[in-house]
Amino acid sequence: MTKHLRDVPTSGIENLSRRYVLKGVAAAGGLVLAVRLLGISRTSADDASKFGAAGMPHGTVNDPRAFVSIAADGTVTIVCHRSEMGQGVRTGMPLILADELEADWSRVKVAQAPGDEVRFGNQDTDGSRSTRHFMKPMRQCGAAARMMLEAAAAKRWGVDVAEVEAKNHQVVHKTSGRALGYGDLAVEAGAMPVPASDKLRLKDPAQFRYIGKGGIDIIDGFDITTGRAKYGQDVRLPGQKYAVIARPPVLGGKVVSFDASQTMKVAGVAKVVQIAEPKIPSAFLPSGGVAVVADNTWAAIEGRKALKIEWDHGPHGAYESKSYRGALETTARQPGNVLRSEGDLDAGLAGAAKKIEAEYYIPHLAHATMEPPSATVRIRDGKVEAWTSVQSPQAAHDLLAKTLGVAPENVTVNVMLLGGGFGRKSKPDFAVEAGLVSKALDGAPVKVVWTREDDIHNGFYHTVSVERLEGGLDKDGKPVAWRHNSVAPTIMSIFAPDPKHEVPFEAGMGLVDMPFDVKNLRIENGAAEAHTKIGWFRSVSNVSHAFAIQSFAGELAAAAGQDQKEFILDLIGPARIVDAKNTTKDFWDYGENPDVYPIDTGRLRKVVELVTEKAGWGRKLPPGHGLGLAVHRSFVTYVAAVVEAAVDDKGNVTVPRVDIAIDCGPTVNPDRVRSQMEGAAIMGLSLAMKSEISFKDGKVLQSNFDDYEVLRINEAPGETHVHIAPHGYDVLPGGVGEPGVPPIAPALLNAIFVATGKRIRTLPLGDQLLKA
Amino acid sequence: MLALMVNNRRYELDIEPETPLLWALRDEIGLTGTKFGCGIAQCGACTVHVDGVATRSCQLPVAEAAGKKITTIEGLAGDTLHAVQQAWIAEDVPQCGYCQSGQVMAAAALLAANPKPTDADIDAEITNICRCGTYPRIRAAIHRAAAMASR
Repeated sequence: MTKHLRDVPTSGIENLSRRYVLKGVAAAGGLVLAVRLLGISRTSADDASKFGAAGMPHGTVNDPRAFVSIAADGTVTIVCHRSEMGQGVRTGMPLILADELEADWSRVKVAQAPGDEVRFGNQDTDGSRSTRHFMKPMRQCGAAARMMLEAAAAKRWGVDVAEVEAKNHQVVHKTSGRALGYGDLAVEAGAMPVPASDKLRLKDPAQFRYIGKGGIDIIDGFDITTGRAKYGQDVRLPGQKYAVIARPPVLGGKVVSFDASQTMKVAGVAKVVQIAEPKIPSAFLPSGGVAVVADNTWAAIEGRKALKIEWDHGPHGAYESKSYRGALETTARQPGNVLRSEGDLDAGLAGAAKKIEAEYYIPHLAHATMEPPSATVRIRDGKVEAWTSVQSPQAAHDLLAKTLGVAPENVTVNVMLLGGGFGRKSKPDFAVEAGLVSKALDGAPVKVVWTREDDIHNGFYHTVSVERLEGGLDKDGKPVAWRHNSVAPTIMSIFAPDPKHEVPFEAGMGLVDMPFDVKNLRIENGAAEAHTKIGWFRSVSNVSHAFAIQSFAGELAAAAGQDQKEFILDLIGPARIVDAKNTTKDFWDYGENPDVYPIDTGRLRKVVELVTEKAGWGRKLPPGHGLGLAVHRSFVTYVAAVVEAAVDDKGNVTVPRVDIAIDCGPTVNPDRVRSQMEGAAIMGLSLAMKSEISFKDGKVLQSNFDDYEVLRINEAPGETHVHIAPHGYDVLPGGVGEPGVPPIAPALLNAIFVATGKRIRTLPLGDQLLKA
Repeated sequence: MLALMVNNRRYELDIEPETPLLWALRDEIGLTGTKFGCGIAQCGACTVHVDGVATRSCQLPVAEAAGKKITTIEGLAGDTLHAVQQAWIAEDVPQCGYCQSGQVMAAAALLAANPKPTDADIDAEITNICRCGTYPRIRAAIHRAAAMASR
């Protein structure tokens, strides 16, 4: 707490480039277990399956030589190969390894891996996958390194390895009590063979020192609060230029002509570079446009203002959100592609005592990461080096190599801290821009800076959707029919020409895997055309699907005259495994093996029971207040939320309290699970109450935080309580970064309904309840 | 040439006088702890102290900052961390951390003016945006820092 600034090295994030490692080895002399490219063994999580980590490019690596080094002074350096964007992965991944290694966490340093999946395994940090896919390989790395240290000590002492034990940064000879520190053993341990995977002795979880224990601060907390942490926007290289880019404002638009004569008169502007537009669909390629290169960011921004550009807006120049919504609604009222069908829906609806139908609308959303995208690239002697904040450094690496025409081995992508990701930085378009501009400047170092306006105008947006639901209740208020038609443009539209339907990684996000116990059901998907870039946004299609399904459950409860909690528990039905893999071909299960990660309604029920108990469900509330409930499984994790809404006489809505219960299986760093849920509540409330991206003439109408609004502290919940369902290792870890978001919006709208009797079906809430 | 006093150090800059202080700090002086978030004084990521007052540096022309005492996040601590920084670490506030320089500077200025802020004071004075949603912990950390300072 009274740490002296002068005692702390001014590192921010350290990058473990190849050069760094070699230099580190030479400089420290005693570094061992250092990275060697030869002999890295590759595991496929549970072998022979296409599920989980093994289904991801480059799978996992469990060789300690890729991840651990120990210096002569005993300092353990652990490589984090996943990108940090606030989820705590730079703390969590190394913590797993350190625990199995029996390292003292206070003597552990974290180094950030560059993009190199052959060496480290998959690095695509999205899909809430890091802990799920890498807990086991990180444990294996730690255990292997621990066993190598033990073997080295046994050899030095000339005793059987069974007589020694690694404990808290030293190896002890059990009978004599002799001990050797990890630093003393480092060189010899590095010469030991890496134990085979099937010979590894993993700890009994009861012996974990750190995993699941709590009390672990994030590794970057000090650097962040002192301004030392380095993000993509903070990169500074000697002789660096700064660039901002005028991009086509409409998908598929092109520069017809431009006049930079005024731009070149702006003090500090050095050059203007045209970037060719890609063919549409353009996947992760940049949109093209005109880059203004200058001596500092401000000069580049001023220079861009002075550009005169004539655009050809192309085929999407008429995209307009209001009429588009109408088209989606029309489609939703027609039959769609049937993705799942059970019982006889038409008979179920026809025989129902009560029929309810509702249409829900959720607009496009922008990620609006606090750090707008940025990348710096330098090209020297045919070698491309990038410093950037990307969720998938390998994707940035591959696309840089391809677009610049350079051999992959001549490209290095150094990963900086991400000032927010939320899926936006899965797309490395901005890194490619920096590469193209650097190339045009004969390889000079160039930082491409996106302004907030660029971020809002040129994003990969959350889809827009109309979700139509129809339900039937029997005379006792029990649901006997359920139809859902989801209509939304697909993310596949950035990859393939004109696809119009949700694919399994979208439909499988809460739509076809809907877990309710309703006899007659039909789940459909109508056609929708994309007119802008659609991309992953934290929890992706779950946002729309859960909003509609959980709101509709609230509507059915009201129609049945029942309490939301009792109704939803009845709707979930008894604890069982939902046989989704045999009822729909679109059951994606987040890429996991459905036998390992099945839909377990017992766990769904438990988070409902936990959150309602903790939130004081049924408690007496002041007038104008209401409690709303929602529960949703996503990223193989179960989350339920109770939101208390307060609506005043004028129709202003505030949120005095949010309770969230999460069952993500066993946890690594419970405080980061808590912080992810706290943040998810804010993001869920932002999209429920304030945020909207809309289009006119093919262009985004919003520009910055004044018109693309997100919650501020005065609108945040008065209290947020996170309840983590305790778990042993009877189940595997689930995702954490995303699954907190989906239940928040429907829980809020269910609460508003209880408070006011008004049902909001269009997001965001905005001024819908305000009285004139 | 234009002279700036930043964190008790004098910098002479050859820079257009209307350039916002933010870019002088980040691109010219190299103090990148002050962040760029919106450029229109909406988000507060660029908050610094100008003569002790929390100021959004993206909207302050560098010429107007000349002759004033500017403190950035890098200069907030003395020999030990500022109470706000200590409280931030104790509450483990940051997620991605990008907005936190501005949040810390805004909180430090608030506490300098109002050593015991209520929740309502915090709501009124801390208008910085955090997209990760660390607001509950920011609130707790401000109260903690206030308690530490009064001890």
